[in-house]
Amino acid sequence: MRVSPKLGFGLGVYLGLVLLAFGAHWIAPHDPLEQDLLNTFAPPAWRDGGTSTFWLGTDSLGRDILSRLIHGSRVAVTVALIAATCAGILGTVLGLCAGYFGGWVDTVVSRIVDVWMAFPPVLLSIVLAAVLGAGLHTVVIAIVVIDWTRFCRVVRAEVMVQKSRDYVTSALTIGLSPWRILTGEVVPNVVPLLITLFTLEMGIAIVVEAVLSFAGLSVANDDATWGSMIQEGRQFVRQAWWLMVAPMVCIVLSVLAANALGDGLRERFDPLLRRERP
Amino acid sequence: MTPPVLLDIDGLRVSVGGRPVLRDVSLQVRSGEIAGLVGESGAGKTMAGRAVLGLLPDAARVLSGEIRFDGTDLLSLKARAREALLGRDIALIPQNPMTALNPVARIGTQIVDGLRMHLGLDRNGARARAVELLQAVHLPDPESLLRRFPHELSGGMRQRVLIASAFSCRPRLVIADEPTTALDVTVQKQCLRLIRELQRQHATAVLFVTHDLGVVAKLCDSVAVMHGGRILEFRSGDDIFRAPRHPYTRALLAATPRFDRPGDTLVPVSAEVLARLQEEVDVYDAAH
Repeated sequence: MRVSPKLGFGLGVYLGLVLLAFGAHWIAPHDPLEQDLLNTFAPPAWRDGGTSTFWLGTDSLGRDILSRLIHGSRVAVTVALIAATCAGILGTVLGLCAGYFGGWVDTVVSRIVDVWMAFPPVLLSIVLAAVLGAGLHTVVIAIVVIDWTRFCRVVRAEVMVQKSRDYVTSALTIGLSPWRILTGEVVPNVVPLLITLFTLEMGIAIVVEAVLSFAGLSVANDDATWGSMIQEGRQFVRQAWWLMVAPMVCIVLSVLAANALGDGLRERFDPLLRRERP
Repeated sequence: MTPPVLLDIDGLRVSVGGRPVLRDVSLQVRSGEIAGLVGESGAGKTMAGRAVLGLLPDAARVLSGEIRFDGTDLLSLKARAREALLGRDIALIPQNPMTALNPVARIGTQIVDGLRMHLGLDRNGARARAVELLQAVHLPDPESLLRRFPHELSGGMRQRVLIASAFSCRPRLVIADEPTTALDVTVQKQCLRLIRELQRQHATAVLFVTHDLGVVAKLCDSVAVMHGGRILEFRSGDDIFRAPRHPYTRALLAATPRFDRPGDTLVPVSAEVLARLQEEVDVYDAAH
């Protein structure tokens, strides 16, 4: 089994992230909250004045950046997986029904999606956070509430395309019920698309979480998240740029990896694309 | 002795979005016989076939008429009852083998699904039967074929798979909707022979929709010539080719190359004939 570079990169980063998230307590060299006021703004180890005690340096309170990044991955991974899954399920189910059954089901779902998308997403999530109170569950709910429409629209359009294909007619002529055609014939043809959407959504979820925690609306303030690290680092960007750059690199890397993972998986499992590379 | 009528389309009128597409279509298919339905593109032949299968487009309305299959009126059938009938008693050989198979499902699954549902076979039984079916359509190495995806097969192979799957539950009626149009000539011939062979073997009735008069001449017991949504002539195959009555049928025959008379000049269907047809359609529409 050869693994394409894209798939390797995506899988590698995500497996690494999951590992870090679960093993944060054992892997992180320091307690992410432990302050060391004698060593504030310590530069990364490879710069002048850096020490190997703090690989990526310390922040304004002398907390270890690397440990904070590792602990921050817990929030990122949780949000990416749970929020993307929930948004995916909700959006896909509605999209499948709307696309396949058409008629009033489609009208109702499509109008809801239209109205939904008219709300500015950031505003919506801030309102939600204000109503529900800050916390991890709020972030997940906010992402699901905002992003199910993305799945719904794309899946609906794809199902409508698939529905008009001859193989669906063939399935009808062997007497399969609409439900069996939808689940047994149409859904497998939508799966490659779902994989791509899901991984894209993981990337988006990580960004949204970062935005919310940057605005202080995510998990409690003393927990490390990549977004809140950027927010804290922003104030000291002239003295210690690495405070801000380190979490940014993490976010960019995980979003890139999400996209690569999606592409790689689709190429691997879509029989139609597999034909291109014998 | 003539066999009993199995499929009886009687005075079927269908319109799509207010425009009539079938005008009083009546034709019968007798048990174990092949009935040809010929006509040019847009004549309504595919629409007639789809009406039998209950697969008319959403915008289509049946204005009047009946489709009786062995006594049951197909048009008034409930969805459940139709699902039970389709695939088991009535099957379709589709037009385009390249798109009629689900691209992400293995060949085996696609044949086995219908078998398990209609014949109540278990997984192994259905698989064994699928292998037999693929052997019956002369496909090599059926075991490994079951595990392949449609894109790994050529057009001719896919059409054989579809033919096998159409005959899989020993239906009493097969609707062949231009089954050879999308294939090249040599493969066409093999597929026709195959349909003929299976049809004889199972004594299946076939409604053969095509625009190829040559195919009809060889294959069909009776022939209906269609134009503008109307059946112009419906008679036994021999009669229609020996003594065509309708001027359009005569014109069509004159426009078709024949192996037994290679020297003949082909005459396109004349404007006169077409004008007369249009006139007839106008008169008909005015009356309805």
